[in-house]
Amino acid sequence: MNTVKQILGVLWIIFSIAAAYFCVFEFGLPKFLSDQQDDTVFGIIILFILTPLIVLGLGTFGYFSLIGEYNEKK
Amino acid sequence: MSKTSTKGIWKVISASSMGTMIEWYDFYIFGSLAVVISTKFFPSDNPAAAFLSTLATFAAGFVVRPFGALFFGRLGDIIGRKYTFMATLLLMGGSTFLIGCIPSYETIGFMAPLLVLILRLLQGLALGGEYGGAATYVAEHSPAGQKGYWTSWIQTTATVGLFISLMVILATKNVLSAEAFDTWGWRVPFWVSIVMVGVSYLIRKNMDESPVFAKAKKEGTTSSNPLKESFGNRYNLKFVLLALFGATMGQGVVWYTGQFYAMSFMKTVMNIDSSQVDELLGIALLIGTPFFIVFGWLSDKVGRKYIMMSGMLLAIFFYRPIYKMMYNTTDITYKTEISETTKTNTETNAKNDVVTITSKTFTDGTSYIEKKTVFADKKESQSNITIKINSEDEWTLIFLVFIQVIFVTMVYGPIAAFLVEMFPTKIRYTSMSLPYHVGNGIFGGLLPAISTYFVTHAKANGKPEFYLEGLWYPIIIASICFVIGMVYIDNKNKTNHL
Repeated sequence: MNTVKQILGVLWIIFSIAAAYFCVFEFGLPKFLSDQQDDTVFGIIILFILTPLIVLGLGTFGYFSLIGEYNEKK
Repeated sequence: MSKTSTKGIWKVISASSMGTMIEWYDFYIFGSLAVVISTKFFPSDNPAAAFLSTLATFAAGFVVRPFGALFFGRLGDIIGRKYTFMATLLLMGGSTFLIGCIPSYETIGFMAPLLVLILRLLQGLALGGEYGGAATYVAEHSPAGQKGYWTSWIQTTATVGLFISLMVILATKNVLSAEAFDTWGWRVPFWVSIVMVGVSYLIRKNMDESPVFAKAKKEGTTSSNPLKESFGNRYNLKFVLLALFGATMGQGVVWYTGQFYAMSFMKTVMNIDSSQVDELLGIALLIGTPFFIVFGWLSDKVGRKYIMMSGMLLAIFFYRPIYKMMYNTTDITYKTEISETTKTNTETNAKNDVVTITSKTFTDGTSYIEKKTVFADKKESQSNITIKINSEDEWTLIFLVFIQVIFVTMVYGPIAAFLVEMFPTKIRYTSMSLPYHVGNGIFGGLLPAISTYFVTHAKANGKPEFYLEGLWYPIIIASICFVIGMVYIDNKNKTNHL
């Protein structure tokens, strides 16, 4: 199970990068640059709250997983 | 470790649950009365006021909650659980009552939306601090091996708070005329809060501090800097991240899908009459709520992990079929129209807008009213559809929402016990509050907006099942959470700190 956790760590890091791309370019920026005020606020929340949370949070989780922080013996 | 007697713990449960339920009630009446509030405080023709309205919805309602978790969590780990969650109760109750007292935009102008925004921010902060305190307080009083059962009473409060908010609004609407409700009656649910908060405050005031925290305080083992110890220490940080990505993130989206997205879907996508939706949602919540206790109790027997993960897995697989069945109940292409009852009435209003109202009834008892307005100045049109469903369809929808509430009870019932056991006493309030409010406030709270975006996008691209596209957000988030939870969380809870 420890090996699975460490391999999955790489997957979470890749996910966090993919999420960063999606949140910024597909979702956040188009909303942020929209003429609609509601969309702009929503874009700000996506770009400055949700994106860092997923990227940093999931990325760190993936890193911890990769280096074995979640292994049984720890 | 000494714990409270069964009689004593019921006192703890009632004092904690009542306060937490009131806080959820306070939080939800703002959302439930959003339409009235927007006309009183946030006129759409004033861009600044409309901007504040959006901030009040997103920022104050959801994004500020993790900040409340940090602020009050730190206090709770330093000065104690009891005084901290008494402070959050007063802050929430006071803010709610004052929202009901603010003169409208017409009377005091820009100050009105600004004050509402500030009070809504305070509500979000208070809510961020309340839950962790109540869950910790109850868990620290609970006998060993029964924490899932006792903390599950706290878990019912969010749903009960939502239910009571819907009932108080419905009752106020029924007692008052539509005009009176629109003029001043909408303030009543806000004023009711202060009475409930007063009673709850008096009950909580007479409670003792948590025995576990009191012991830690006496021994001098409490933390002087809970934030640093929670998030600056790699050992604790890894559990905070695991709690978020392996449990609360998925729980948050399942909770918001089963209760809020279901409500929004029936009102805006299926166009069902708003009062009818409130009624059927209320019934489904009422029938489903006892299952929080059932799954909390069961988690003491079989472990927290598999119950929470089963709830997520069921949600992942069944959301699309459930929402497809829900949508079909109001799909008029499947219904037979009684053509002789169809009426169309066209009028021109004072602004020279042409308003056409078409009403239809169907053989199964469904009624359909479409109000189409062609604006004289904008050369645009707007269509509002209201559908009243028959009793059989109503019970079908109650059943389909009830199933979703069951998923909610599976993921949410055991989670308080799961979180409090994960962290040591000295940083418990801080460490469990943050992942809970990030999972629920951010991942869950943004769900309606993100899912609506997916639906709108799919509709614009002409996808035939556009109405199901919004479900991808909770399905993807819950799937990631399910994998993380299954692989990384230990069902035997070897790190149990209680």
